[in-house]
Amino acid sequence: MSVDKDTVRRIARLARIAVPEARIAPMADELNGIFQWVEMLGEVDAEGVPAMTSVAAQKLKWRKDEVSDGGQADALTQNAPDSEDHFFIVPKVVE
Amino acid sequence: MAASNDLISMTLAQARDALRDGKVSSRELTGAFVSAIEAAKPLNAFITESGEQALKMADASDQRIAKGEGGALEGLPLAIKDLFCTRGTRTTAASKILGEFVPPYESTVTQNLWDAGAVMLGKTNLDEFAMGSSNETSFFGPVFNPWRANDSNANLVPGGSSGGSAAAVAADLCLAATGTDTGGSIRQPAAVTGRVGLKPTYGRCSRFGIVAFASSLDQAGPMTKTVRDAAIMLKTMASVDAKDSTSADLAVPDYEQLMEGSIKGLRVGIPKEYRIDGVPAEIDALWTRGADWLKAQGAEIVEVSLPHTKYALPTYYIVAPAEASSNLARYDGVRFGYRAADPKDITDLYERSRGEGFGAEVQRRVLIGTYVLSAGYYDAYYAKAQKLRTLIARDFTSAFDQCDVLLTPATPGPAFAIGSKTADPLEMYLNDVFTVTVNLAGLPGIAVPAGLTANGLPLGLQLIGKAFDEGTLLRAARAVEEAADFKHSPAKWWSV
Repeated sequence: MSVDKDTVRRIARLARIAVPEARIAPMADELNGIFQWVEMLGEVDAEGVPAMTSVAAQKLKWRKDEVSDGGQADALTQNAPDSEDHFFIVPKVVE
Repeated sequence: MAASNDLISMTLAQARDALRDGKVSSRELTGAFVSAIEAAKPLNAFITESGEQALKMADASDQRIAKGEGGALEGLPLAIKDLFCTRGTRTTAASKILGEFVPPYESTVTQNLWDAGAVMLGKTNLDEFAMGSSNETSFFGPVFNPWRANDSNANLVPGGSSGGSAAAVAADLCLAATGTDTGGSIRQPAAVTGRVGLKPTYGRCSRFGIVAFASSLDQAGPMTKTVRDAAIMLKTMASVDAKDSTSADLAVPDYEQLMEGSIKGLRVGIPKEYRIDGVPAEIDALWTRGADWLKAQGAEIVEVSLPHTKYALPTYYIVAPAEASSNLARYDGVRFGYRAADPKDITDLYERSRGEGFGAEVQRRVLIGTYVLSAGYYDAYYAKAQKLRTLIARDFTSAFDQCDVLLTPATPGPAFAIGSKTADPLEMYLNDVFTVTVNLAGLPGIAVPAGLTANGLPLGLQLIGKAFDEGTLLRAARAVEEAADFKHSPAKWWSV
């Protein structure tokens, strides 16, 4: 599988990263180098092997579905690039 | 009062005992480190220095010690990798996108350290979002390795991603430091700076408040001058934490005590697949010497096989970027961190904030991750990699039927020159060839300094243990440490 310039543009869009046009071709080359190397996994017959879903032997912990924290609007908005009255300010989304 | 050089060259254990016995105050000790950090600016080991706060913490420690109330790490000055959130102190992950982020909360690991009385000297440099093996992807510039070859003045990398922490420990800028390890980021920099680096079992240290890279692989651990110091640090860093659902429900043992004792009868596995082409003869010779050292102390050496070793790095470069692309989706220029100027709409705000805020390596990995998780490619890449991960973990399970710990090289070479491997991402990735398997299997691993190359650069050996058997791992590491008797330190060329 080979990554072309359109694929780079498409995944950059999916990842919400503005990649300048001049970087598209070099990025395609870099990704191709990496994906060609990864192709070696094709040598391994992993048919019937379960995919790893947890590296730890223990089961994920459960807790009661109840509020344990909150009321921290000041702390939550203190690092915002733009906020007012505990709201985050963004460009207009809906006309 | 001892001379300042004697103070900063102490081990953590020595400083702990000196404080306890009233031979030195935390203020004297902390002051000596603050001056050493000031003089070591050329290394660029710290992103944020917090000398004033450190002295206040030291004074508070001295008062507690005077009252006989000191904690396990009372008054001991440490450096913290700038991936751990510290309340009220800027936390950057070495990325532009975090901007001037000042966390309103504390990571569990650092909270454990402060609760035990430790003093924070500052936040150390790293590869951006811990993605790198040389500390060259930092937005705040590269870190220089305190070590130089004895036939050259060229600046070398300190390894990565915990390069600032490694440099700070090797240059006596702190008694010990915290690191994080996703594919080798504690062990590889520790090895190439001649110090000890321990990656605990996945789940041993809480991940709460550590900037996430790849959540199923990330693990915090200590970087120290000695194996004993690593045991002391781990005892406090590790905890059972309700804020991290993957934190292990196991009591934290006294590692310093478990570390003691003979390795007589210990079965040490030598995985034959770790003999790979292109690794310098010096590394191979050191590995053999390491096995001989353990044998001489009564260990039994067994050859074992980890047949899927060569697939570990490519598996890692699917799994880690996939998790990173998901974790890094939170940097949107809205709730915190950097925002691009004058966005024309919300998509432009996201795309340009992330395009301008993430560095080249981070962008590359987010794109790889996005690709391998995208429709049509998921099964071929991500699902396949997760199966390989099962096979790699099974290799270790089988090997541990025949042995108690594994001995391997820590890195495929010594520290290399700044800029020498940045052109080819693949060449950089290969630095983690001996360490990455351990993260994929969730096991504990430790790098111990074991010797010098012909031109005077440190090399380390790695030991790998069974899950949650850090005690045996540390005991074996101590045996290597004692036999290697590595007493070398870099010449302080940076002191102005």
